[in-house]
This record gives sequence, structure tokens and C-alpha cells, in this order.
Amino acid sequence: MDLFANLAHGFAVALSPINLLMCLIGALVGTLVGVLPGIGTIATVAMLLPITFGLPPVGALIMLAGIYYGAQYGGSTTSILVNIPGEATSVVTALDGFQMAKQGRAGPALAIAAIGSFFAGCVATVLIAILGAPLTKLALAFGPAEYFSLMVLGLIFAVVLAKGSVLKAIAMIVLGLLLSMVGSDIETGVSRMAFNIPELADGLGFATVAMGVFGFAEIIRNLDAGAGMDRDLVQKKITGLMPTRKDMKDSTPAILRGTVLGSILGILPGGGAVIASFAAYTLEKKLAKDPSRFGRGAIEGVAAPESANNAAAQTSFIPLLTLGIPPNAVMALMVGAMTIHGIVPGPQVMQKQPDLVWGMIASMWIGNLMLIIINLPLVGIWVRLLRVPYRLMFPSIVIFCAIGIYSVNNAPVDVVLAGAFGLVGYWLIKHDFEPAPLLLGMVLGPLMEENLRRALLISRGDWSVFLTRPVSAILLAIAMGLLVLAVLPTLRRKRDEVFVESEG
Amino acid sequence: MSWCGRALSVGWLPVIAGLLAGVGVATTPAKAQNYPTRSITMIVPFAAGGPTDVIARIVTGHMAQTLGQSIIIENVVGAGGTTATARAARATNDGYTLITGHMGTHAAAVPLYPNLAYHPERDFEPVALLAGTPILILARKDFAPKDTKEFVDYVKANTEKVNAAHAGVGSVSHVSCQLLNSILDVKPVGVPFNGTGPAMNALVGGQVDYMCDQIVNAVPQINAGTIKAYAIATPERNPALPNVPTTTEAGLPKFQAQAWNAIFAPKGTPAPIIAKLNAAAAKALDDEGVRKRLLELGSVIPGAADRTPEALAALVKAEVAKWTAVLKPAS
Repeated sequence: MDLFANLAHGFAVALSPINLLMCLIGALVGTLVGVLPGIGTIATVAMLLPITFGLPPVGALIMLAGIYYGAQYGGSTTSILVNIPGEATSVVTALDGFQMAKQGRAGPALAIAAIGSFFAGCVATVLIAILGAPLTKLALAFGPAEYFSLMVLGLIFAVVLAKGSVLKAIAMIVLGLLLSMVGSDIETGVSRMAFNIPELADGLGFATVAMGVFGFAEIIRNLDAGAGMDRDLVQKKITGLMPTRKDMKDSTPAILRGTVLGSILGILPGGGAVIASFAAYTLEKKLAKDPSRFGRGAIEGVAAPESANNAAAQTSFIPLLTLGIPPNAVMALMVGAMTIHGIVPGPQVMQKQPDLVWGMIASMWIGNLMLIIINLPLVGIWVRLLRVPYRLMFPSIVIFCAIGIYSVNNAPVDVVLAGAFGLVGYWLIKHDFEPAPLLLGMVLGPLMEENLRRALLISRGDWSVFLTRPVSAILLAIAMGLLVLAVLPTLRRKRDEVFVESEG
Repeated sequence: MSWCGRALSVGWLPVIAGLLAGVGVATTPAKAQNYPTRSITMIVPFAAGGPTDVIARIVTGHMAQTLGQSIIIENVVGAGGTTATARAARATNDGYTLITGHMGTHAAAVPLYPNLAYHPERDFEPVALLAGTPILILARKDFAPKDTKEFVDYVKANTEKVNAAHAGVGSVSHVSCQLLNSILDVKPVGVPFNGTGPAMNALVGGQVDYMCDQIVNAVPQINAGTIKAYAIATPERNPALPNVPTTTEAGLPKFQAQAWNAIFAPKGTPAPIIAKLNAAAAKALDDEGVRKRLLELGSVIPGAADRTPEALAALVKAEVAKWTAVLKPAS
């Protein structure tokens, strides 16, 4: 009963004209941020934070939250259209989304991303309302040892991502891990592999590397002789804008599984949403009757990670709303916004600030509704963008990427680095190395290293903690299982070959 | 990914502010008696929404009214705030670029960063001390010791077993814990986290035993009973936590630490301008509205004697010496 009273109260707050307007602004800005390559949520929220100080706190937070989950909707757009993931969470969307676009199916890809996100968002919002408080325990049960094991699992996912050579995928992951080690050592503060360049003291930015190896490299490849034909083909082949009945049938289970995975992993502070999108993709590929379709334009490969990252974006509010502890950088900024208004969130925030908590929860559902209304009609416009001649399109992509990269740290060095990574990325494409495992390695690297060191500091160097803590042991067991599964197809193929031969 | 205040900043504001400032420079030479004739840039070397940023915004909001010009806050982060502080040290000393520094950037950074591109005493004109955030000794709720005395005995007896969390090398929680360690003469294992959020999460979750942290984030957790506080490292109890004894009351008088925040101007900024800014800051600290908001955050507002530029200069000198003594042997 309480729940319904609380939700009714929340909707009363969220439906006030000013809060509806804030929600709409948040959703619009979020979509824009997601669509513009390189311009990330953290930079945007940091930019808009001072503006919110003049607003009522509930409205301000509804807007900031809208930007956060709105960016998850928009983030898939550039992944699908131009193979440039705007956010870490939409890296995997690029794998099959861009292939779909190449086959003239950008419309269905974009639409299924929006539909999946909407469904996941709605489910996750209900989950926050009903199970927010009990789920908090999960966030607290995760200590350094559990995180490390989760990251090991994440790296195994990265191997499964590869559509080509497993060896090359592993090489890319290791390179990603190495790149992630640039910057200050967490324990001693000593600078590592920074070559005395002050801008490298805080490490290589994800946006810098992602824009380089995905964005700039893709542009160079397109400008390359021969690839131009490919582009013309994309423009001619565009078929339907909306998913067909078959697409919907294929995507439904993927969306459901993505939502479940995303909702659970989102609660974990830190890289929950990123791992969720990778995990959802891996799960679909493993469950598929024909895994070889993945990486070649399988609609499930878009539906699952997009549902997962949006579900995770919503459930990541749980630690903030129930514990008052921000689970990631954007939420930390939201806590800042609350502090400015004299609200310091804590474990009692639900009782003390019911307007804020329930108003935000209700606004998330309204925001998701707004986002799907905004995004579905946009599909037609985005697809039409593909018809813009490439000689006009690529300079604008380069400029937007450069602005985005610069805006993260206000550092010109980052733009130069992205250019260098563009050349590296081009070399990698030419030699059939895939950039996605590299980026996952880069995202997971710091989390893995830091938590490994924390866990070993706490255990005084005793490695058995990873097996004696049950959650950690289970995660490692799953990782082992996945690794075996990854090796099995090779074994099975050999067996099949033998079978075929004996039959013939 | 790095996520707590490592790599974020306000992207466009500096550009806009720069353009505005550029127009101003071209037309009006800075004259101390007319100061200020255009908007002032206040660099905050930390992310928007952090304790220093909040205090800077509350005080400068009032100062802008007194001075009759807007004060634009520019958040520049990186390397524990030292990147921004180095930039402020090199800024034109006409009173239009100021910085809100704190215990870290203008004291503890000296021993922490051997290649520091500035010196807090030589490269800045002290303007005004704003407000301090007291440091607390916090522990997970089921940590065995019941009070400060038991805590001290326990940590001394079990140095090999206890874990102290902190928010990263150079953070307030890190350096204040080093101070506590040097007073207790112990070297417990310090577990680094990326920011106070994850560190607090680990303390609430019982992954680590204790930490030293600023009052702002801790009050709601203490009141909810998810963590406990042994003592507050200020001479007086704090109205936000009336039941938490001071370190002096609790028998640990040497542990005195406050994350103080203060306005500085680049070296050579004319004295009349410093005086004007100092008066505006003092007026802000006397304003009822400003005081109420600062006290809500658990901040300590300096008394009249501590508000002069000379008092701030003395504070910086004392703090640099204090932290050098604590942190040099450690590093």
C-alpha cells in the first residue's frame, strides 16, 4: 500500500509543470549528448551543474537524471550510423548496429535500440520503486575481492566478443589493459608511463582512445580508396525504417534478458552499466543457434546491450537513493547539486526527502516515455543523414569528435592523442584486429587492478580471499565455465569435421 | 574508468569567460580604485559539487553582490588540484583571476608533489580564509572499539590487522589519516579508493575498518547508524553532530585537522584590491543566510581575528610546515 501511496506522491511531484519541463529538457539534452560523439555525460552534467543552482532541487535533479539516462538512448545512434560509440556503454552496439546500417537496416537498428531501452527503462524504474531498499544490500556486499572477480568475468566476455581470431582478441584486451595503466598509481600516487607529460598524469581518457580507434580510424578507412564504393552502397540500400515482425520476434527475448542482466549489474557501483552491455551481448551470442551471425548485423546484438545499458543506467540510482552514496561520477555530481541546495543525501534520504526520491523515480518513467516519443520519429532523420555525401559528413564528424574530446578535460593534448590513436586504429583495422576488446580492456583495467590491490591489501597478500568469499568464488567459477565454452566450439568443430568425413 | 572527480571539468564556461574577460582587458586597464569593473574568474581546483566548490559558491555568491560584479566559478581538476593552482599562480595579477585553494593545494601538496609548479607561500597573495570542514575519525558500525581511547589502544595493538580507507593519494582523507598515524605512531595498511564516495561505500559495507573524512558526507551516515564516529578533530564540538566529542575531550588532543578553504590571488596583486576582496569576503561570512548554509554543511566559520590576509599567510606557513613534517617521512 505504501508503495502505491509513495508512487502516487512521486507522480504528483513529477507531473507538476515545472518538473515536466525539467524532465523534457533533461531528455532532450541527454539525447543530444548521446548523439554527439565525444561529448560525454560527465562533462555535460558538470557544465550544467552551476545552472541548476538557481532551480528548485527536485527539478534540478530530475533534469540531471534525464541527461544521464537520455544519453543512453542517444549513445546508440552514432554507434549504429557511423561506428563511433558515444559512450563506453554503446561500444558493443557498434559491432552489429553498424553492420546493420551497412546492410541498409539502420532504421530497424535505431528503432530496436529505442524500443529496447524504453522497455528496460520501464522495468528498471518499477524495480527501483519496489526493490530499491533490499537491493542495496547487493551493492554493499560487493567488496574489492568480488569486484576483481567480476572484472575477470568481464575480460572473458571480451574474448567472446571477437568474431575473428581469438588470439588477436586477447592481444587487443592486453593492449587495452596496458593503456589503462598509464597515469597515477592508485596506492603510491607515482606517475606511470606518463613520460612527464602532465596531461597524462591522470591517465588516458576513454573518449580519447574510443574516438581515435573507432571514429578517426573508421573515417580514414572510409576515405581509403575502394571503401568509397562501400559508402555508396549503404546509401542506396536503405530499406524499411521500422523493425519487421521477424525483427521484433528475434529481439523480444534479447530485450528481456538484457533488461534482467542490466538491472542486476547496474546496482553495482563503478562500471556496472559497461559490463552489463558487454555481458548482455555475450549472453545473446552464446545462446544463439547461429553465433556466426553476430558481428554481421544480428538485431539481437543491438537489442540486448541497449536494453542492458538503459536498465543499468536506471538501477544505478539505487545506491544514491537508498544509501546516499554516489555510485559513479555523474551521480557524484548530482550529490554536489543536492549539497548546494542544502540536502546531503544519506541512508535516510527516502524518509527525509520523499518528494525528491519518489519524484525522481516517477520522473524516470515519464522521462523514458518522452525519450521514446523523441527518438522514434528521429530515426527517419538519422537514416536520412546517411544520404549526406561523405565528403560533407566526415569533416563534421571530425569536428564534433574534436570538440567532444577537448571538452572532457579542456586539454588540447587529448585531441592530438585521439589523432594518434586514429592512425593506430587504422593499422589495426587493416590487420583485422578488432577495437572493441581493446576498449573493454581499457575500461575494465583500472577497476581490475585497483580492486585486486585493495583486496590483497586488506587480506595482507593472501590470494585465497578470491575463493573463500562466496560471491567472488561463484563469479570466478562462471568465468572458468565461459572460458571452457569459448574453447569448446573449436573442439566441437573438429569433431563435426570428423563426422562429416566419415559420412562422406 | 576513473569516476570520482578525476577527469571532469566545466567545458564551455572557461571559453565564454575567457571571451568576456578578453573584451574587458582591451577596454579598461585594471585600476585598483575602480576595481572591479568586470567579472572576476574564481578558479576552483576541484569538481563542481565537492566540499570546496560548495563553500566557494556560497561565499562568492554573496561577494559578487558586495563587489557589484559577477564572479564566475571555473572548475579545473587534475593532479589533486595542483594543475589548477599552478595555472592560477601564473595568471595576470590584476585581481580578476582568483583561486579558492584548500589544505591540500596550499599546504599538503608541498611535500606530496616534489615537482610542484608553484609554492603556496611565494606565488600567492593570501586574501581571506573562508570556512573549514572538520575532520572526523569514522569507523564501520561493528568495529570493536567503543570510544576514542579504545580505538587508540586497539589500533596500536592490532596495527597488522586493521585497514584504513582513504579517498586516494593526496586527498584530505589520506593526509589527515597520515597525521593520525604519525600521532599514534602506527603504520596501518591504507586502502586507496577513487574518491570519498567509494571509500564511504566500503566503510558502510564493512569492507574496511576506519577512515578519517570530512564532516559533510559523514553526518547523514552517522545519524542513520550505518557508520560510527569516534571524535571530531576541532577544538569545539560541531552543531551538526552535538554528541560526537572533540579529540581533546576524547584524550587525543594532538589530532587537530580541518580542511580549510581560502581565497588566494596571484603574487603581486595590488594591496587595495586584496583589501577590497577581503572586506567583501568578511561581509559574506557575517551574512545570516551565508552563515546558515555553511553551518548546515557542518563547516566552521573563522572568527574576526582569523580573517585577515596576515592571519591566512600565517596559517599557510604553519600548515605547510605541519604537513611537510607528517608527509615527508611517509613518502
